[in-house]
Amino acid sequence: MNTGAIIMMITVESIAIALTGYFFYKVLVTKPHNEDEMDDNTES
Amino acid sequence: MGDNTENWGSRVGLVLAMAGNAVGFGNFLRFPVQAVQNGGGAFIIPYLVSFLVMGIPLLFIEWSTGRFGGKSGNHSTPFILHTMDKRWIWKYVGVFGIFSNIAIASYYCYMESWTMSYMYHSLAGTFNSMNQTQVALFFSDYLDVTTSTTGIPYEALVFFVFCLALNTYILSRGLSQGVETVAKIGVPLLIFFGIFLAIKGITLKAGSQGAVFDGTVGLNFLWTPDFSSLSNPKVWLAAAGQIFFTLSVGMGSIQCYASFVRKNQDVALNALSAGWMNEFVEIVLGSAIIIPIAIGYLGIDNVIELTQIGGLGLGFRTMPFLFEQWGPIISAIAGFAFFGMLFFAGITSSLAMGTPGISFLMDEFNWKRKNAALAFGVITLLLGLPTIFFFNYGVFDEYDYWAGTVALVVFALFEAVLFAWVFGMKKGWQEITSGADIKVPIIYKYIIKYVTPVTLIIVFFGALLRPVDDNWSLISFKGWPLHNESIIGQLRHQGIGPNDKWFAENFYSENTGLVDSVYQNSSSKRTSVIVKGTTPEGKVQSKTYILNNKTHVLTVSKGDEVKAGDVIYTGKVINKVFYIDMARALLVGLFIFIAILVLAAFRKRRKEGMVI
Repeated sequence: MNTGAIIMMITVESIAIALTGYFFYKVLVTKPHNEDEMDDNTES
Repeated sequence: MGDNTENWGSRVGLVLAMAGNAVGFGNFLRFPVQAVQNGGGAFIIPYLVSFLVMGIPLLFIEWSTGRFGGKSGNHSTPFILHTMDKRWIWKYVGVFGIFSNIAIASYYCYMESWTMSYMYHSLAGTFNSMNQTQVALFFSDYLDVTTSTTGIPYEALVFFVFCLALNTYILSRGLSQGVETVAKIGVPLLIFFGIFLAIKGITLKAGSQGAVFDGTVGLNFLWTPDFSSLSNPKVWLAAAGQIFFTLSVGMGSIQCYASFVRKNQDVALNALSAGWMNEFVEIVLGSAIIIPIAIGYLGIDNVIELTQIGGLGLGFRTMPFLFEQWGPIISAIAGFAFFGMLFFAGITSSLAMGTPGISFLMDEFNWKRKNAALAFGVITLLLGLPTIFFFNYGVFDEYDYWAGTVALVVFALFEAVLFAWVFGMKKGWQEITSGADIKVPIIYKYIIKYVTPVTLIIVFFGALLRPVDDNWSLISFKGWPLHNESIIGQLRHQGIGPNDKWFAENFYSENTGLVDSVYQNSSSKRTSVIVKGTTPEGKVQSKTYILNNKTHVLTVSKGDEVKAGDVIYTGKVINKVFYIDMARALLVGLFIFIAILVLAAFRKRRKEGMVI
């Protein structure tokens, strides 16, 4: 593979893997809000 | 109004269901082909820019409007949009959010059924010892519904009905028990199959198992940036289009899924997680499978030619032959994994397409879920039958163009304007950030208000007025020749060729060239004639004409030179343009039918004192 292709592939795929992993990890570890929390989120 | 109080069983289940909704055939078949045709590695730059300024904002808009509508017990877009603005227009704009899903499901489930069939044929060893042409013809025969490749009569129809019945059954089980369970199994499995195939693709070695080139040659071809393409508007429009279709935005299915999120739960992080999961599958796995494997065996030039007929052709006409080179056992496993991966990508999307219509019937007419799921199955079957019986007459492509392409852009444009300018960005931003488990960058407030609607307007007008050969330098105040696939070009039947009447006594050749082959399909009921020639630009153009042996008389034979407009066969001919117009009439009819149901639901609500 030529250098341009390697740089492009590694950069883009690293970004995709890192952000996918980060956001999914946050989904896994963040506790859900209680039902009675944030009652100020009222309908408009 | 019904009492639909379903909820998602778990947050992970919701995110996987949303990711499964987004991940579809396009991730594996459309994305790599688009990248190859639009500057290779450089395509990824407009693609990622489109994801940031159009994809993510639309995800935020759709997730938050869905949850907002769900607070008042609305789970389909006509009444979700109505909760945001009471003017009558919005509930009819919301019709798109049911219409597109049913219309797309009717041909998407057909494609899904191909993958089921090909999983079976891969395991059964049907493709073993077939050459490349035979594998390609197998697909053509499969699409000719009267042909059986297994001995089962009407095989394509049988697989379609079975696939639709499976979808209907899962939908009848409900969100948590049905859709979520399938997503929790299907998404990890498709990623597992994808990783297996990507490793096989990348590690392909020239000289081993019949490969001509290393797998990295394909990667090199795909990822080498051609930065000059960045100044071409065609590339930017292609990138924006790909982002659109890959994320399943503009359909109404995301709003429907999000309407079942509890009112105090996050949507921002969930949207980003599901969106990026789709990007991972598309960028990392989608780029490492069909192109590296196809180039490894066929070389760059052949693959460029094959990509002209799109990713579907490459996936179904070519891949089984390439897997064959790995020996009977590995080819069975690879074929099963490849079509299994496509199947799970497909079913997690088609389930999302079923949910808005079902929710609408449950909310507005108090239908039980099982009955509503059955109604979805029956309507999808009826609408899908023309795509099966008249596949070769362009019905499938018409559905895909109008319901699967144009309708999505139109609906997304309307919903972006509603959210940012009618509902208002102040309330909109509060909806996006309310309960958010992540800090949403404030810049998105401005992107959603200004950049996203403008981008969507550009995409819409780009599709409406697309110039011939995608040559944007032709644009002038005096007018310009339109591309056959522009919206106006399609409406005018531009490029339909000499067979432009519904009914005729002769069928004329649509291209100039030599009659390359004349062969009867396996049931001997039809004859296929392939005319191969070159376009004025020097591109190889091949067209296949199919005639009925009972009612038509062939007037050419192999080796004959024919010009566009010369008679190929005589007899009573119903031309493609008839089927195209009937397909359009069906789609318009479906839209009007849903709009009438929405009107009936609105009157019912008013009678019950539920709307002002």
